[in-house]
Amino acid sequence: MTTLTIAAQDSATMLWREIKHSIRLLRLLIVSAVLVPVVMLLLFDYILGGTLGHGLGAVARGAPYVDYLVPGILMMTVAGGCGPTAINVSMDMTGGFVDRIRTMAVTRGALLAGHVGVSVLRMLVATAAVTGVALLLGFRPQASVADWLAVVGIVAAFSFALAWLSAAIGLVTKSVAGANGSTLPLSFLLPFVSSTFVPADSMPAGVRWFAANQPFTAVVDSLRALLTGSPVGNTAYLALAWCAVIALAGYVWAQAAFRRGTR
Amino acid sequence: MTNLKTRTAVSVNGLRKTYGEKVVLDGVDLSIGEGEVFALLGPNGAGKTTIVRILSTLIPADARTASVMGHDLRREAAAVRNVIGVTGQFSAVDNWLTGEENLLLMGRLLHLPATELRTRAAQLLELFDLVDVARQTPATYSGGMKRRLDIAMTLMGRPRLIFLDEPTTGLDPRSRHTMWLLIRDLRAEGITILLTTQYLEEADQLADRIAVLDRGHIVAEGTPEELKRRVPGAHIRLRFADVASLDEAARELREGTRDDEKLVLRVPNDGGIRSLREVLARLGDDVAVEGLSIHTPDLDDVFFALTGNASKEKSQ
Ligand SMILES: Nc1ncnc2c1ncn2[C@@H]1O[C@H](COP(=O)(O)OP(=O)(O)OP(=O)(O)O)[C@@H](O)[C@H]1O
Ligand SMILES: [Mg+2]
Repeated sequence: MTTLTIAAQDSATMLWREIKHSIRLLRLLIVSAVLVPVVMLLLFDYILGGTLGHGLGAVARGAPYVDYLVPGILMMTVAGGCGPTAINVSMDMTGGFVDRIRTMAVTRGALLAGHVGVSVLRMLVATAAVTGVALLLGFRPQASVADWLAVVGIVAAFSFALAWLSAAIGLVTKSVAGANGSTLPLSFLLPFVSSTFVPADSMPAGVRWFAANQPFTAVVDSLRALLTGSPVGNTAYLALAWCAVIALAGYVWAQAAFRRGTR
Repeated sequence: MTNLKTRTAVSVNGLRKTYGEKVVLDGVDLSIGEGEVFALLGPNGAGKTTIVRILSTLIPADARTASVMGHDLRREAAAVRNVIGVTGQFSAVDNWLTGEENLLLMGRLLHLPATELRTRAAQLLELFDLVDVARQTPATYSGGMKRRLDIAMTLMGRPRLIFLDEPTTGLDPRSRHTMWLLIRDLRAEGITILLTTQYLEEADQLADRIAVLDRGHIVAEGTPEELKRRVPGAHIRLRFADVASLDEAARELREGTRDDEKLVLRVPNDGGIRSLREVLARLGDDVAVEGLSIHTPDLDDVFFALTGNASKEKSQ
């Protein structure tokens, strides 16, 4: 067997392991990955949506607030997957599994590849499920087939980027609880300080510039444009560029942390 | 293949490991023959786990020479990994996979052929008495079952040398005994075993040779018999109601040291049923014995005999 086929085989084994984990923890995952975004959707649409929708004015282009909201909720669904990924990686580092495989002839990168692969899978499945619920709750997208494909592409790229970043966070935090806490900026803070719920223009001057130009806004704006059938412009490319930057940074950071943590 | 036992499985000279200023291992020499069971005996903080982690390629260290199964530890780490199996001090089973899946995971990571994968897993489940719980996750296992699964995982790849870091710590006497039987079976198969333990009795029961480790130094090495000869022997303590009984017992037994204040007679005795009966028979029914306790040499005795210190961890 060549090194490459062994690497592929080891990564597939780690992928299998992580899929088994996800199945065993399915109930927990459904709550954190699907139920939480759905509750956010309900809270913001039914409870806050009246006022928020009015406040949008021309931005909404006559559509109900739910159409503005759902693309943001989809982005948050992906971001919500960061916690479990960081936790899983951290558990392997602190629980002796990494040491065990390091005394075996296992390809070095396989473990992280498995974590990231299944993390992306989980994020995609969760996003599909939340989309389904949103449709039931009255979300009416105006997207063509090509638009939908672009949406899937951006969601996948964003998932891939955040998965590497979360893996890195899981590697550098010293405990499982720390790993979870350290992903909160990704799953809560950055989504709120973006165009997820309201346009960046409506925010106080102090955060307006940041909110308008940060990567999560680029992702939400591109999804929103694609799903509501409004002009996409170059937001989709901007979003993909951000995803590439985050993925690369996360990858480099994770690899360095893995080398350091297992020396 | 004809003369396996004469080859060396582990050979290290002048092994040193420091963490910052702290010297954890200070010139350790080890030579373990193939097929041998070698016990590293030492208290908390002696450096047992550090030695296991170095020899299993997990952490680097300085040494004049260090080879495992004929491969240089530093330059041929990959070759070393192919022939060793490691069960660490702390459980490294996957708690979200079933017992069987844990074994399959190891087999896949060892690149076993698909046909061998399942037969080997089934074989080990049988051998380690885990068939009934094979489809449950270790969350439902007892400590002993978890430990057995941990070791079974180590054996998936048929390693020729295995490291067992404190395999019985935390197990009840019965599970400990089961573990001893398993380790003897492995030895019978010709697997070389380096195990660490804090219990003299365990090293005595299992090992062909023992090295006593104290704060990074090997303070004694030899067969269990050689070591025990250097340690005060086993004895019993007989307690009496009055000095008259003590006098009479001392007269009857004609050996042992007496403590008149505590009314205790200390008599050399291995604590076996036969030798206990002998003593009691010699005392007869007339001597009133208040109490009897059996004392077997433990780690503290070994350390006291070898270093003049008790085995309590020294904090530097
Ligand atoms: N990463 C580390 N950094 C600093 N000191 C360490 C590190 N690892 C081990 N030590 C120190 O090295 C010494 C030996 O530790 P080691 O774990 O090898 O002991 P041990 O014999 O296995 O003890 P135990 O019976 O408690 O498992 C201890 O004093 C420990 O504090
Ligand atoms: Mg230890």
